[in-house]
Parts: sequence; structure tokens; C-alpha cells
Amino acid sequence: MAGWAWTRRLAYVYAASMIAANLLMVYALLARDFSVSYVAHVGSRAVPNWVAVVSLWSSLEGSILFWGLVLGLYIGGATYTNRDRHPEYMPWATGVWLACAAFFSFLVAGPAQPFLTIPSPPTDGPGPNPLLQNHLLMVIHPPLLYAGYVGMTIPFGLAAAALLTGRLGHDFLRPLRTWLMLPWAFLTVAIVLGGWWAYEVLGWGGYWAWDPVENASFLPWLTATAAFHSALLMERKGVLKGWTVTLILATFLLTILGTFMTRSGVFNSVHSFTQSAIGPTILVFLAAATLFCVGLLATRVDRLAPEGGLEPSVSRDTAFLLNNLLFVLLTFTVLVGTVFPLVVEATRGTQMSVGRPYFDRMAVPIGVALLFLMGIGPALPWGRASRVQMRQALLPPLAAAGVFTALGLLAGVRHPWTLVALFCGGYTAQVTLGELWLPVARRMRAHGEGLGAAVSGVQGRARRRVAGYLVHAGAVLALVAVAVSSTEGITTEVQVARGEAVTLGPYTLTFQGVDQLSEPHREAVVANVAVRRGDRDLGLLQPRMNYYASQREPIGTPAVRSSLRHDLYLSVLNIDPEGRSIGLHAMINPMVVWLWIATLVMGLGGLLGLLPSRRVHAAAALAAPPAGEGLEAAR
Amino acid sequence: MSSTPAPSTWSASRTRWLALLALVVAGAGFVLITAGGIGENLVYYWGPSELQAAGAKAYGATIRLGGQVAKGSVKHGQGSSLEFDVVDGAQKVRVRTTSVPPQMFREGIGVVVEGTMTQAGYFESQRLLVSHGNEYRAPGDGETVDAEKAIRSTKGLEDVEGTQAP
Repeated sequence: MAGWAWTRRLAYVYAASMIAANLLMVYALLARDFSVSYVAHVGSRAVPNWVAVVSLWSSLEGSILFWGLVLGLYIGGATYTNRDRHPEYMPWATGVWLACAAFFSFLVAGPAQPFLTIPSPPTDGPGPNPLLQNHLLMVIHPPLLYAGYVGMTIPFGLAAAALLTGRLGHDFLRPLRTWLMLPWAFLTVAIVLGGWWAYEVLGWGGYWAWDPVENASFLPWLTATAAFHSALLMERKGVLKGWTVTLILATFLLTILGTFMTRSGVFNSVHSFTQSAIGPTILVFLAAATLFCVGLLATRVDRLAPEGGLEPSVSRDTAFLLNNLLFVLLTFTVLVGTVFPLVVEATRGTQMSVGRPYFDRMAVPIGVALLFLMGIGPALPWGRASRVQMRQALLPPLAAAGVFTALGLLAGVRHPWTLVALFCGGYTAQVTLGELWLPVARRMRAHGEGLGAAVSGVQGRARRRVAGYLVHAGAVLALVAVAVSSTEGITTEVQVARGEAVTLGPYTLTFQGVDQLSEPHREAVVANVAVRRGDRDLGLLQPRMNYYASQREPIGTPAVRSSLRHDLYLSVLNIDPEGRSIGLHAMINPMVVWLWIATLVMGLGGLLGLLPSRRVHAAAALAAPPAGEGLEAAR
Repeated sequence: MSSTPAPSTWSASRTRWLALLALVVAGAGFVLITAGGIGENLVYYWGPSELQAAGAKAYGATIRLGGQVAKGSVKHGQGSSLEFDVVDGAQKVRVRTTSVPPQMFREGIGVVVEGTMTQAGYFESQRLLVSHGNEYRAPGDGETVDAEKAIRSTKGLEDVEGTQAP
């Protein structure tokens, strides 16, 4: 297969050249070589070196170059790990990846041109957007987001190749498992880190606002999560082939749509920096990719016939179908709310946005239903359950559901949706923890093993299963944290004079005066707020205003005191220059920390799922398993 | 593993028709709910002139009003209550708010206030944002602020109204 060898070489060459191009840009940024247009645009002698490196992805042109780097690493990695597998199938997948790579190379070399030389270079530049210099999270969030976003190109190539070759079995599903899980795990963590950044930097006290930029990252996550579940059903039952492939194609198209929305300046928000020819070019690519997908699906309809069937029954199969339906509904809801203002502005010229209540009203019921389904599905057996089985499976988790609800009521929760979420969260928590614990307990009993040995044995033998339930456990925690933190907070907004105290919940906040700080890249005024809880002195919280040389308006940075119960969140709206008074926005946000912990659990679950399962290894070593069989063994 | 007898086999075409019907019904219902949800929760981005031109349509709708704080119009009331005029060169709208003004708030600056127009003739706002320009300079004297630009500059800088404890 000389063709395949050459395709592989091309993939490696692409990866290597992208690494080289990015290293060159980082060098130019560190050397403050202002004759390079991108450096002149975002570089500055005043910023520390870590900000200079981060500037690589802080503005439009550089971020597209960085996109190329991530794509190169993905294509190189996916090609290398599959170099001697699926020889009939992989060349097509690699071909599709490289076609995407060609487009992004064109984008770098054509409209973006970060390496353009400036004939008379300036002596200094403005530095990157101050909001992006304000927190260390900006170093981690964008690369992770790219790793998630760009990585969806790999499953896209796999799905397209499956349609092109008609190989929708083992060839497609096996690499898919790894290469959908990897970007999915990155995207999950990146979305929440973005929320964390907003929480720590923007100062309005929340982590999610249904902002178009946030929605752009959330949409492909929804379809990718749906694709996971439908791929599982496809693997087990040979059904939903076209549906799974469509979800994966849609995931990729949504990443391109998201890139268009955030990078072309159509929404003017914190994340979209400028307007340029890049937007229209991405739009053309989006149109071409959509046509390609639709055409591919239309011409390959005959290969998508199901091998088995699903019966209408109360079973895990049905739960999977409902799960997919709900995820797709949520995707549509968010997509419509995000795109609607654009369509209105383009057609009628009036500006508007779709308010938060729309998203909340639509997403909350769907989210709660998904939370409940995440408990019901795994509790039910595959196939068809008898009445007795159903009762045995579905009734016990009501215990934890009751406990969660009672705890909520005791803690003062009265919001109906929050109580419902707690009920469903408790139900699903019991099912999920049961699924994680039962195999361990069985093994301890059967083999007389200790806890540690049993846990390692179970996660080694049924790693995918453990990984799946770990992700579920994180998701339950995240959804409960979101429900509680978004409905049970307390907030106050007041002008406080020096020496004056404000009471918020159990806290007494006293404004003691201000300090001036001078840092290399900014000046800051820090408000000293003494925090007391009853008789206990909890020290100072110091929300601040940062002044950047390049920006007229100061940027506030909130101060947060976190505990497992709740966060005390202070941000300053204004500071009197003489320190006589501040406009204080103080909040108590319950359970926010649990959202970060939950994300860690989900990310770890995702990583665990990436490790190969021992049982599959053993089976593969004995004999190449027939299509489908080897996959079954992993469950 | 189940002991129940084999299920009555559904004919393929009947299943398909039922599934199609269910999908159409669910889809139609969903579209209705979505359209209703969007219609009720639109936030209009208007300047003072557009607000005045909208007439009765302005009452009750959520509006993000952008413009310039008129010179000499700012009046601090009791507590944190605040009144000022938002102008765009042609029209002006009286704004009342209880939100604490941001650092840069002063006469002549571009602002965006979110709220509703009241029958009493003033704009009641719970949120007050100073427009974040990308320009790296202070506005000169007598320079007017473009309402549309001001609104655009605050798009995406979303804020959330926290729930007050009972």
C-alpha cells in the first residue's frame, strides 16, 4: 500500500511543519520582533514572558496558527497510532483530516498572515487584551478548548471514511472510541474552565451566561456526548448507524460554526477580537463541509441499514434513545437561541439578543430529565425487563432521592426546580455509585481480595464501564451544583463608606480602605474588606481595580473565599480615588466548588476510558476478534 | 435472561409510521415552545431615538438602551438611587436605576442600561454598564458616543441577576 505510506508521511510532514511554524512565532513573540505583524499587533515589551508566550493564541491570526498546531498534533497522533490497523479504512480518514488541514493552512497563509513583515516596525506594541492577561487560567483554558474543538476533526474524518468505504463496523468504532473520548474530555474540562475564568475574572459572580461564545463551545459538546451514547448502542445492537455518523458530522460542523461565530466578530464579545476576511472564509468552508456531509449521507443511505432491531420496551435501549432525543433537543434549543439574533440582524437590520430566561426555561427541564434518565437507564437491563425486574431496579434508588431532597429542604431550598434536581440527582447518584461499587464488592467476596486489589482489578478488566460511570458521577455532581448555585445564592449591591459594615448572610463585611499597587504591566487599586463570621475573624478579602496603560477603563478583579459549602464573592464596581468609599457587589454562591470538583471527576473518567482495557488486550493477543465481538468483550 | 414470552413482532412499516408520526408531533410541539420562548425573551438593542419611535411597543419589553449620559443630568438620590438622561443627539430618555454605577460612570460617557420603559415616562433599569471601547484613548470634549457602537461593545458582557434570599 504505497498510497497509504505516502498519506501517512504527508500527515507527519504537516504536523512537523505546524510545530515549526508555531515555535517560530513563539520565538518572535519572546524576542519582541515587532517587524512581524502579529507581534506588532499583540506583543509588548511591558508584559512578562509568560504573557508573551500566551499571546500566541490571544488574538485572531495567532489563534488560527495555533489551531494548525493542535490539528497537526492530532492528525500526527491519530495517524501514528493507527499506522498498521484498518488498512482499507484509515487512508480515507487520513485523507479527510488532511483536507481539513489544507483549509486551515490556507487560512493561515491567505487571510490571516500572522507572519506578514512590517516595513517600518514600531518600537513597542499594545500587548494582548488586558482581560486575557488578568488570570493564569487564560494560559490553560484556550489550549484545552482548542484540544477539544480541533480534536473533533478526527472523529469527523473517521465518520466520513466510514461512509466513503461503507465500513461502519469495527474499523470505524474502534478508533472512534479513543478519538472521540480524547477531544470530548478536553472540551468538557475546557468549557468549565472557561466558566471558572469568567467567575474569577469578570466579576459578575457567575460562571455561565448563555453568551454566544459559551454556547459555541457547548453545542459540539452536546452532540459529541449524544454520539457517545448512540455509538454504544450501535456497537451492541447494530442500530442507529446513520444517526451516530450524523451526530459526529454535526459535531464537527458545529465546531466550525462556533469558530465562525466567535472569530469573525459577528458577536462583539470578550472573545471576538476583530473583524477580518477570516470570517467569510470560514463561512465558505462551513458551507462546503455541510454540503460534503449531506451529500455523503445521501449517497450512502443504503449502507446504513440496521443489522438488528430495537423493540419498544422499558429498557436500557429505550433510555439510550431518549437520551439522544433530549441531547438533540437541547442542541436545537441552544442553537436557535444563539443564531436567531444573527439571522434577524442580517435580514432586518435590527439588533437584539435572546435573553437568559429563554435558555434557562428550555434547558432546565431538559437538563433535569437527562439527570433522571442517567439514573433510570443504567438501572434497567438491556433488552426487555419483566415487571419484577423493573421494580427491583427502579425502586431502591428512591431512597437516596428522598435523602437528597430532605437535605435540600433542611438547608432551606424552596425553589421547585432545584428540589426536583436534587431528587433526580439523589436517584442517579445511588444508581451510579451502585454500578461502581457492586463489581468491586462482588470481587472482594468472590476472590477474598482487599478493597485496593478489587478496585484495581475491576477498573483493569472493565475499564470502559468504570470510566463511563465515573463520568456519570461527575455529571450528577455538576448538575446538582449548577442547580443549587444558580438558585440559592444571596447577593447585595451597595455603596460602602470607609469603616462602614455590610451584612450578607452570616458574614459581616467592613470596608477598611484602599491600597495602591504597582505591577510591571498594570497599576491596581485594592479595596481591603475585613470579613467576619459571627465572632470569628476571617481575615481580608481584596477585590481590586486594575489599570492598564493601553485601556481607558479599569478592569475589576473579584476576590473569592471558597469553602465546600459556599463561596463568598466580592467585586468592586467603583473605588473612590481617595479611598473614601467603594461600590461593592457581594454574593454568597453555594456549592460552586463542587462544580470544579465534578469536572475533575469527569475529566479523570474520560482519561481512564482512554487507557486500553486489559481484557481487550488479552483477546487481541489471542486472536484478532471478529468485528463486533471484541468490542462486546469490553463491556 | 428475561422469562417473558417473545414480544409480538411489530411490522416494520407500522413501526416506521408510528415513529414518524411521533417525531412530527414532538417536532411541531418543540418548535412551538421554542418560538414562544424566544418571542417572550427578546432583548431589544435600541438607542433613544429608536426607543421613542417604537411608541407603545416599548412598554413592557426588555430593552438594552445605549447612548451617552447627558451633561448636567446626573442626579444622585437617596441610597444608591440614581437618575440621568441618555441621549443620542436627537432624542433623550430619562433613566432611573438603583444599581451601583461602575467606576467609569460620569457625564458624557457611553452607557448601556438594561430595563423597561414605564408608562410614567422614564426608563427603569436594574443594570448599568459602561461601554467598553476597544479604543485606547479617552473621548475628547464634545465628542458624541455612537449608540450602536456602545451597545455592541457591551454585547456578551453578560450579567446575571442573583436570586434574592427569601
